Amino acid sequence: MGGQRRKKRHFSRIHAFSCGKASFKGEHSLIGGPGFSRIVYCNEAERGEGSLVSYYGDNYVSTTKYTVATFLPKSLFEQFRRVANFYFLVCAILSFFPVSPYSSVSNVVPLVVVVAATMGKEALEDWRRKKQDIDMNNRKVKVHQGEGVFDYSKWKDLKVGDIVKVEKDEFFPADLILLSSSYDDAICYVETTNLDGETNLKVKQALEETSKLQEDSSFQNFKAIIKCEDPNANLYSFVGNLELEEQLYPLAPQQLLLRDSKLRNTEFIYGLVIFTGHDTKVMQNSTEPPSKRSTVEKRMDKIIYFLFFVLFFISFIGSIFFGIATREDLENGVMKRWYLRPDDTTIYFNPKKAPVAAMLQFLTALMLYSYLIPISLYVSIEIVKVLQSIFINQDLHMYYEETDQPAHARTSNLNEELGQVDTILSDKTGTLTCNSMEFIKCSIAGIAYGQGVTEVERALARRKGVPIFQELTEYDNVPQTSDAKSSIKGFNFMDERIMNGNWINEPHADVIQNFLRLLAVCHTAIPEVDEETGKVSYEAESPDEAAFVVAARELGFEFYERTQTTISLREFNPKSGKTAERSYKLLNILEFSSTRKRMSVIIRDEEGKLLLFSKGADSVMFERLARDGREFIEKTKQHIDEYADAGLRTLILAYRELDEEEYNLFNKEFMEAKNLVSADREQIVEEISEKIEKDLILIGATAVEDKLQNGVPECIDKLAQAGIKLWILTGDKMETAINIGFACSLLRQGMKQITISSDTPEAKSLEKVEDKSTAAAAIKASVLHQLKKGNELFAKSDEHSEALALIIDGKSLTYALEDDVKDLFLELAVGCASVICCRSSPKQKALVTRLVKIKTCSTTLAIGDGANDVGMLQEADIGIGISGVEGMQAAMSSDIAIAQFRFLERLLLVHGHWCYRRISTMICYFFYKNIAFGFTLFFYEIYASFSGQAAYNDWFLSLYNVFFTSLPVIALGVFDQDVSARLCLKFPLLYQEGVQNVLFSWKRILGWAFNGVLSATIIFFFCIKAMEDQAFRKGGEVADLEVLGATMYTCVVWVVNCQMALSISYFTYLQHLFIWGGILFWYIFLLVYGTMDPSLSTTAYKVLIEECAPAPSYWLITLLVLVASLLPYFAYASIQMRFCPMFHQMIQWIRNDGQTSDPEYVNIVRQRSIKHTTVGFTARFEASHSSGSLKSAQV
Amino acid sequence: MASSSAAGAGSTDPTAARRNNTKRPKYSKFTQQELPACKPILTPRAVISAFLLVSVVFVPIGVAALIASRKVVEIVYRYESKCIPPNVTDKVAYIQSSADKTCKFSLHVEKHMKSPIYVYYQLDNFYQNHRRYVKSRSDEQLRDPGEEDSTSACKPEDTANGKAIVPCGLIAWSLFNDTYSFSRDNHNLTVNKKGISWKSDREHKFGKNVFPKNFQNSSIKGGASLNESIPLSEQEDLIVWMRTAALPTFRKLYGKIEVDLNEGDSINVTLQNKYNTYSFNGRKKLVLSTTSWLGGKNDFLGIAYLTVGGLCFFLALAFTIVYFVKPRQLGDPTYLSWNRNPGGH
Repeated sequence: MGGQRRKKRHFSRIHAFSCGKASFKGEHSLIGGPGFSRIVYCNEAERGEGSLVSYYGDNYVSTTKYTVATFLPKSLFEQFRRVANFYFLVCAILSFFPVSPYSSVSNVVPLVVVVAATMGKEALEDWRRKKQDIDMNNRKVKVHQGEGVFDYSKWKDLKVGDIVKVEKDEFFPADLILLSSSYDDAICYVETTNLDGETNLKVKQALEETSKLQEDSSFQNFKAIIKCEDPNANLYSFVGNLELEEQLYPLAPQQLLLRDSKLRNTEFIYGLVIFTGHDTKVMQNSTEPPSKRSTVEKRMDKIIYFLFFVLFFISFIGSIFFGIATREDLENGVMKRWYLRPDDTTIYFNPKKAPVAAMLQFLTALMLYSYLIPISLYVSIEIVKVLQSIFINQDLHMYYEETDQPAHARTSNLNEELGQVDTILSDKTGTLTCNSMEFIKCSIAGIAYGQGVTEVERALARRKGVPIFQELTEYDNVPQTSDAKSSIKGFNFMDERIMNGNWINEPHADVIQNFLRLLAVCHTAIPEVDEETGKVSYEAESPDEAAFVVAARELGFEFYERTQTTISLREFNPKSGKTAERSYKLLNILEFSSTRKRMSVIIRDEEGKLLLFSKGADSVMFERLARDGREFIEKTKQHIDEYADAGLRTLILAYRELDEEEYNLFNKEFMEAKNLVSADREQIVEEISEKIEKDLILIGATAVEDKLQNGVPECIDKLAQAGIKLWILTGDKMETAINIGFACSLLRQGMKQITISSDTPEAKSLEKVEDKSTAAAAIKASVLHQLKKGNELFAKSDEHSEALALIIDGKSLTYALEDDVKDLFLELAVGCASVICCRSSPKQKALVTRLVKIKTCSTTLAIGDGANDVGMLQEADIGIGISGVEGMQAAMSSDIAIAQFRFLERLLLVHGHWCYRRISTMICYFFYKNIAFGFTLFFYEIYASFSGQAAYNDWFLSLYNVFFTSLPVIALGVFDQDVSARLCLKFPLLYQEGVQNVLFSWKRILGWAFNGVLSATIIFFFCIKAMEDQAFRKGGEVADLEVLGATMYTCVVWVVNCQMALSISYFTYLQHLFIWGGILFWYIFLLVYGTMDPSLSTTAYKVLIEECAPAPSYWLITLLVLVASLLPYFAYASIQMRFCPMFHQMIQWIRNDGQTSDPEYVNIVRQRSIKHTTVGFTARFEASHSSGSLKSAQV
Repeated sequence: MASSSAAGAGSTDPTAARRNNTKRPKYSKFTQQELPACKPILTPRAVISAFLLVSVVFVPIGVAALIASRKVVEIVYRYESKCIPPNVTDKVAYIQSSADKTCKFSLHVEKHMKSPIYVYYQLDNFYQNHRRYVKSRSDEQLRDPGEEDSTSACKPEDTANGKAIVPCGLIAWSLFNDTYSFSRDNHNLTVNKKGISWKSDREHKFGKNVFPKNFQNSSIKGGASLNESIPLSEQEDLIVWMRTAALPTFRKLYGKIEVDLNEGDSINVTLQNKYNTYSFNGRKKLVLSTTSWLGGKNDFLGIAYLTVGGLCFFLALAFTIVYFVKPRQLGDPTYLSWNRNPGGH
C-alpha cells in the first residue's frame, strides 16, 4: 500500500478540539472505584486468555427476543397474558375435569392451533432478527494476530483488548479507543448516522502518544493497559486512562469510536477494543420502542369485557335455574326425575347440595358459552394486519424511485389507526422540505441578483388567474415542475449579469469579487476531487454551506483543496481574464454556534493582507458593521425582507481587514483561551472572537431556498379537505417557519395571525435581570396575557370570519406548556386553523404531541425525519418517519417509514381508510358470529334444564371459530374496499368516517350484537319448531339430539357466512372461494367426520349421509332459516342505503350511477361535499376570491 | 399521487434496468389491491328483485309444505291419567307396585290412513337431554363384547352385585317399558318392530355379539328388562331409546303397522302402563301417524315459508312504491351533501 497512500493532511486546525486536552481532573479520579472498574490489557492475548475474556464477554450480539431455550416459556407467557387467551387456557384445563360439558381434546385443539399460529408468527419474526444478527456477527474486520500481522476475523470473535484495523467506509465492530489513523495527527472522521441520525461527520483524535503507530508492524510490541468506566448507555461521555510505558494518559470521548458508526474520509485507523457485544454503548442504548395500541383495539378490549360480562351473566342465570331444578329432584327422599338417579349421584348433580352443584354448574356454563368469546379474534387480527402491512410495503404509489425506498410499515399494530388521524404534527426540515438548500438569489452591494423562481412564488403564481376547475383536475400532474431544471445540486441561480464571468462588468465588481471569494473561503467544507473527471464535490456539515461552496464554484471561484493551513481556489482573475490558482493561508476559524449565529475565518491572502471573512444572521451581523461599512445597508435590508417573504433563508456576508498588531494580540488570546481547560472555555473563546468580529464592512446577502418536497402543498390541501389538522413543529426560526407556512398554504394573507413570542425587546430586557425567577415569571405572565388575548379573539370570531393561525416560539412554548397554562394554550391552538411552533426543542415537540394526544382524546400522527423528532414520533399515536436525508434515526423509531411527505396522502386517505374500515367491520362481524353461535347454545340450555348439555357435537363446537367461519373474516379484513383508491383520493372527506369513528361506534357494535342475538333466536326457534316431535322424514324417524344439532349447526354456518357475503362490498374470487368454500367445507367435514369410526365421530356418525341429507325437511329448514335470519339485516341495509347513506355509500351511489367519469359532475359533488376548509391552497384560492368580491361590494 | 403512479407504471424507465437489486415492489394485481372484483350495492332494482325472488320461491314451497303436513293423519291419545284406576290416589306407588296395569281403550280413525302407520310413544317433561343422562352410557361396551368392563361413565348404574351391567348407564336403565298391542274387529294388528332404528346404529354402534348381562339387577329397578339371549344389535327398542331426544317433549318410534286403516275404523288398544312418569308429572301419549315426504304432521314449516315469502312480497311492494313515489334522482347531489352529516367540527 505504501506508495499510493493518500497525502496526509492535517485538518485539526479547522476544528477547535485539538487544543482541548483531557486532564486528570474531576471524573478521572474515580477510576478504579465503583462504576469505573474496567481494566483492559491491550494486545496481551495470553493475559486476556484467562478470566478476563469470559468476564467481559465476546462481541457476539443478539437482538432476538427469545433463544431456543426461552422461546417456549417466554412466548407462552406472552400469549396467556391476554385475558381472553388466559380464559381459554383455564377452560382447557378445566375440560379435563368432569365439570366440562365437552371432551377435553376438542377443547384443547383449537387453543393449540390458535396459540401455535401466534407463536409461529413470533418465531418467524425472531428468526428474521436472528438472521440479521448472524449477518452482523459474521462481518469481517482486520485484527492483530500478534507479531505485527493483521488478518481478517469475524466480528463475533473480537475480544476486549484486541487491536483492530478499520478501513475507510467500514463500520466499527465494537467500541474502540482510537490509537492512530492514516493522518499524522491521528484524527479520523466518523459518521454517526446509525446512532443519532446526524449526517455531518464528527472528528475524533487519538492521543498524541499513540499517534505514531501507523504501520501494522508497529503493534508487534505494543502494550498498554486501559482502566476505564464500566459499560453504560451514555453516548457522549467516557472516562478512562491509558497506561503506556508506565505513564498515565487520560482518555476522553474524543478517543472513543462507537460501534455502528462508520469511518469516513480516512484511509484507516487502528483501534483498541474496549467494549464488546452488549457492553457497547449502542447496545446499552437500545431500548424496546414503546408498544402502541390503536384506539380500535382498545375499544375491542372493552367489547371483550362486555362479552365476558354477558357470559358470566347468562351462566349465572343458568346455574340458578339448574340449582333449583336439581334441588327439586329429591324431595323428602322421593325422587322426582328418577331416571337421573338423584339419590345416588356425584357432587355435580347432588340435590342435597344443590348450591354446590349450582356453583359447579356455573363453571360448566362458563366453559359451554365460551363460544361467545371469539378465540381466534386476536390471531385473525394479527394475520390480517400483517397482510395489510404487506400491502402498504408493496404499494407502488408509495415507492420513491430516487432513493429506491418503498414504504415500510415497521409495526402492523397501527394500520387502522391511520384511518382515524385527527391532527398531524409535522417537522419542517426534511419532512415538508427536502433539506437540500439551493443557492437561488443574492444581494451584492445593494443590487439584487438572481432570477430563479422559488416554490412559494411559483405556488402563488399558480393560483393567480387559474380557474379552480382546471386547477383541481390539473394539479394531480403538478409535482414534477421542480424536478427537471436544477441539474446541479444546491444551485439554482440564474442571472446573466453575474454568471460566466460577466460580473466584472458590473458597477461594484470588486465587491462581487469579495463576495464570491468569501463564499469560497469562509466555511468548513472539505473538497473531494474525483480523480477521473477532476470534478470537485464537497463534504459539508450543513447543506447551506455546501450550497455556498457550490455557488462559488459555479460562479468562478472553485475551492479545490484544503490543507492544514491553506485553502486553495481556482479564481477567475478579472484583470488577466484567466483562471488562476490562488491559495490563502488559513489562520483561524471562529466556529458557528447557535448562540453566535455566525462564523468567521481569518486568512492571509497571497499579497499578505490579513482578512476576516464573516457570515451570519442579519440580527447579529448588522450591529457589527463599521460605521463606514454601511453603504448598502438599506438596500440589503430591503432585499432580505423580500427574500424572507419568498420563503428563503438569508445570511449576511461581511468582511474586514485586520492589521498585524491587532491580529497578533487576538491570536495570542485566542490560542490561550482554546488551550484553557475549564468549563467556561467555550464562553471565553466566544468573548474573544466577538472582540475581533466588529467594524465589519457589508458585502451583501445570500438567499438559499429550503425547497419544499414534491407535492407537499397538494398533499396538505388534500389532508385539509379530509378534515385533518396540520401543526408544524420546527426548530427553525420564526421567519423561516412562517415562510414555509405560506409556501404550503397553511398560512395565507387573509388569515389573522396570533403570534406569541418571547423574542420581544421587553422579554430580552427582562432576561438581563439578574434574578432569573422574576424574569421567568414576567415572561410567563406576558405569554399568559398573549394567550388570553388570542382566546378573546377566538371567542369573538364566528364561523364566517377569517381563520386564525397561531404562531408560537420555543421560549413561549416552555411557559405555555406549564401545567396551569396548557389548557388555555390548547384551547386556543385547537381553535386555530393552523398552528406553527417554531424554535422548539425535541422535548417540546414531544410535550406538545402529548398535550394534544391526551387533552383532545383524538388520534395524533407525528411525522419527522431527524433524530430530534424521535421523541415526538414515539409520543404520538402514530409516528411516521421520513427515511431520507437526515439519517435513519427517525425511521428506525417510527411505526411506519415513508420516503416522501406526499405519500402521507395515500397512506392515510387510502390505506388508513381501508384498514380502519376493514378492521372495524371485521371485529363487529366477529362479535356477530360468536354471539349468533353462543346464543343458540344458551337457548338450547333452556330446554335442557340448564344442565350444560351442548346442542352440538364437541368437534362442531370447537372447530366453529377455527375452520368454518375464520377464512371469510380474514378475507374481509384483507381485501374489502368500500370504494376504490381513486375515489378515496377524489373524495377526501370520506376520511372523516374514521376520524368520527362512525364504523366502530358503540351504536354500530351493539347493532351487530343485536343482529347476532336476532339471528340466534331465529335459527334456534325455527329449528326446534320445525323439528318438534313429529317425524322429520318419510321413514317416520324422529329428530333426535344429533339431527337437531347438525341441522342447527348447518343453519349457523350458512347464516354467518351469507351475512358476511351481504356485508362486504368487494367480491374478488378469493371472497367467493372463502365464503362459499367455508360452507362447502362444513358439508365435506360432516361427511368425512361422519364416516369415521363411531368411536371417533360419536354423535356425528353418518349423520349427514344417513339421516339429514335424505330428508327434504333438513334442506328446507336450512333455506328457511337462512333467509329469515338475513331478512332483518337485508331490509335494514336497503333502507339505510337508500335513505340515509353513509359517506362511502354516497360515493358508491355516484360510482354506480357511472358519474365518476363525468368530470363536471364530480366537481359539482366535490364542491358540495368538500368540507369548508380553512387551510390549503383551495381555501387560499377561495379566500382570495371572496375577499376580492367583498372589497368590490364595499366600494 | 398521479406523478408517483406515472412512476409506478413506468417500465420503460432506464434506471429500472440498471438497478437490479432495487427495492421497488413488484407489480401484481394482488399486492396493489387491484384484483378484479364485483362491487354489488343495494340498488333499488337489486333490492326489489331480491325480495321478489324470495317470495316467488318461498310461497310455493310454503304451500307444498303445508299441503304435505295437512295430508298426514295423526291420532294422539294421552293416557297417563286415564290408565290409572280412578280409586288410586298415590299414582307413583301404584305404578311401582306389581299390580296388573293393563289398560284398554279404543281409538277412532277419522281419516283413511295409508300404511305404513307409525306407532310412537310420546313423553313429556322428560329430560333425556340432561347432561348427566346423556353422558351416562358406554359406547365401547355397547359395541364390543371385550369392553364389558368399561363402565366408568355409567355410574351409578355401572355395576350390580360386583359385576358390570351390560348395557350400563342411566339411559339403558330407564328404558321405556309400556307396551301396546292393537286389534281391529278382534283381529290383531301386528306391530312390526323391526327397522325402527337407524341402520348405522344397529350395524356399528350396537354389537352383534354383545348380550345384555346383569341388567336391571341393581337395588332399584328402572325401566324395561332385556332378553339376555338377543344381541343388542337386535334390541331395537333399546337402540331407539338410546338415541337421546333433543327436547324434553319427544316421540320415539314404537313400531309400524303395515296395513291401511280405514276411515271409521275403531282400533282397540291394550296397553301395559308400567313406565313411571308420575314422579315428575310427565305426560304419556300414544301416537299413530302416517308420514308425507316431509315427515309427520307439523304446519310450522309451511306457515313459516308462507310468512317469509309474504313478508318479502310486501317489502318488495313497499320498496317499489317508495321508489316510484320518491325516486332517488340519478346523481342528485343533494343526496350527497355532507352538510347533513356532522362532517365538520
